[in-house]
Amino acid sequence: MATVTYDKATRIYPGTERPAVDALDLHIEDGEFLVLVGPSGCGKSTSLRMLAGLEDVNDGRILIGDRDVTDVQPKDRDIAMVFQNYALYPHMSVADNMGFALKIAGTPKADIRKRVEEAAKILDLSEYLDRKPKALSGGQRQRVAMGRAIVRQPQVFLMDEPLSNLDAKLRVQTRTQIASLQRRLGVTTVYVTHDQTEALTMGDRIAVLKDGLLQQVGTPRDMYDTPANVFVAGFIGSPAMNIGSFVVSDGAAQLGQTRIPLERSIVGSIKPEDKGHITIGFRPESLDIVTQAHEGAIPIKVVLVEELGSDAFVYGELAGAGAAAKDIHSGAGDAQIIVRVDPRQVPRKNETIWVAIRPGERHVFSAASGARITA
Amino acid sequence: MPHSLQITAAAPDPALLDLPWHIPLEEWPAENLAALPRGISRHVVRFVKLSGRVIAVKEIGETVAYREYELLRALNRLDVPSVEPVGVITGRRSPSGERLEAVLITKHLQFSLPYRALFSQYLQPDTTGRLIDALAVLMVRLHLTGFYWGDVSLSNTLFRRDAETFAAYLVDAETGDLHERLSSGQRAYDLEVARVNIIGELMDLEAGDLLEQGVDTVAIGARLVERYEELWATLTDAESFDTGERWRVAARIERLNALGFDVGELDITTDVDGTSVRIQPKVVDAGHHSRRLMRLTGLDVQENQARRLLNDLDAYRAATDRQGEDEEFAAHDWLTTVFEPAVRAVPRELRTKLEPAQMFHEMLDHRWYVSREQGRDVPMAEAVRSYVEQVLRHRPDERAVLGAVPGVDSTALPRFEEG
Repeated sequence: MATVTYDKATRIYPGTERPAVDALDLHIEDGEFLVLVGPSGCGKSTSLRMLAGLEDVNDGRILIGDRDVTDVQPKDRDIAMVFQNYALYPHMSVADNMGFALKIAGTPKADIRKRVEEAAKILDLSEYLDRKPKALSGGQRQRVAMGRAIVRQPQVFLMDEPLSNLDAKLRVQTRTQIASLQRRLGVTTVYVTHDQTEALTMGDRIAVLKDGLLQQVGTPRDMYDTPANVFVAGFIGSPAMNIGSFVVSDGAAQLGQTRIPLERSIVGSIKPEDKGHITIGFRPESLDIVTQAHEGAIPIKVVLVEELGSDAFVYGELAGAGAAAKDIHSGAGDAQIIVRVDPRQVPRKNETIWVAIRPGERHVFSAASGARITA
Repeated sequence: MPHSLQITAAAPDPALLDLPWHIPLEEWPAENLAALPRGISRHVVRFVKLSGRVIAVKEIGETVAYREYELLRALNRLDVPSVEPVGVITGRRSPSGERLEAVLITKHLQFSLPYRALFSQYLQPDTTGRLIDALAVLMVRLHLTGFYWGDVSLSNTLFRRDAETFAAYLVDAETGDLHERLSSGQRAYDLEVARVNIIGELMDLEAGDLLEQGVDTVAIGARLVERYEELWATLTDAESFDTGERWRVAARIERLNALGFDVGELDITTDVDGTSVRIQPKVVDAGHHSRRLMRLTGLDVQENQARRLLNDLDAYRAATDRQGEDEEFAAHDWLTTVFEPAVRAVPRELRTKLEPAQMFHEMLDHRWYVSREQGRDVPMAEAVRSYVEQVLRHRPDERAVLGAVPGVDSTALPRFEEG
């Protein structure tokens, strides 16, 4: 077991100017499940491969425990890349399928059997050890593949989008399995995905990257409740957060007919480069339907209602704001606002509803830098 | 639900539309199938008949399918031995509207042999070793082009006979990545994965009683690493010598040619006082002999087959006393008076057994044996007749060996006649 430390680790691909990973500082605790997440090209896979030894580190260091592994060959790093590769050997028993890498490494037979039995117990495969893979179900075969990595007892597991080639149903199942297995084993794990739902459901902590830069690292709850900047705010959560650019005047944020009062400290933090603007974010689930007279009420013209049984979502646009309507957007596309409403009381298409941000669920960011502003 | 099947292909065959895409691949009717593959795969794969040919169809996630398709296209453009992609089909639905997995389609590589098929037939001594050597050459070629494989194994490779050796082709690029150039960590990791996978696959054959007796599986894995590293060093290492020893530049190029590589670009630097020279190959391309044969005769064959054919061409020039003449003229005459008549003398029904160049190679071998046995120089025409009756007729058909039933004699291999 070990910690993992990226110490200003940088990767610059030959022929490019912008680093693929830029001075990454990240400390992963012993036994922690850390998810690296971000859009494609953000540097998450490169970061993982730097830890695996597959990418050169141009600057900075990488440590596993106290050991600097920056220049150590991949096979000498005591890590295991876990594939969801269940191409099992048909003539070998389940035990041999799990233990053959140890046999190659010259581990004594008794040790191999002991480690295989331990892994099988965790994986619920004890009674199948002497059978052939043919006798196993799809899920069991996948667990055998996991067992191959487990018996090697590495310091760190690395997983790079391991679920990407599974169908949707199996993906959800395997997601839960990997997460609970990791907790039982307690092996430090670094997991890469582009899928924020996967990140939220699996990780002890999540590190969000964009353009090679670490945006924020924290628990799923941190990322959801207090995103450090506009990018994280828009990336984490589904449906995505509504984000609008407001004009600050007379101590309030204004957009079209909407006027949201701002705390004095927030107004005070506005800098010249913000050019009198402020960015406000609010999640679809942070809105209440109110009357027009309510302070800070936002008028929304309903374009579409999506009913999901347990939930209903209104997709609409800012009403009566003219050209300013495009200054607010969400994950559903430009100039759209998403509102979660009571599925028993859904508004009709073309109707205008008024919503207000629930107290304490408003996110404020600098218009120029995108950084979070705390009141 | 609107049914919209999307086909992405460079040169789509309209017959693709007639295949039963609304049925999960696992349940496809026998009439569409050429054979069931028996290799180890984590996906459903089927060999399917299409317009008198065979295609391989693999069910796989949509994004992965497109990714692998593009990678295989890139590898083909780079002239790396790999299967040829046909296309990707998405938007499949069952009649009840249920979504079905996307598929990636590749061409079946004619005359290729999966390693399991090779092991289930009679093996010449050290076949395993020669397969490993072929794989080492393939890995070096892939790594030179910047391709990181990620899951090198015998299962993800196909083999074609290449004179007395084999040539290896990449089949599965799912885990691969094309880079500007590979880091030494990437190469080392690929090699380690290859070593462990190969030993695992051989241990599996051993467990199934399909491996030659007394084979040391771990040593074979080590042989791959050794061969790879040797070849990589010869192809890429820098070498320094005194300015007076300039012949060593030519010697290095000849050494690479002998290994079957051409030097596309050679870095030559001299030190400040001009007393020593340092050379390092920058661009090396495999296929030195096959390119030369192609230029001379238009024949597109593999490296060692080309080497053998070129040797016969040299012998022909010497025998006909035409060494002073332009090589192209002699090559043309050799093609029309030696190679083509020999290959055409093979009865049509036996031509699917081996590739023409491989047959010719075996004919040359056969003539040598017969000549030695009878103590005279047996003419080619006579040797060919004897080869057809005594050797070729008893060989299995290898144009489309699609899978192997473990433990079963090769004559029972599933096979499909391609048109």
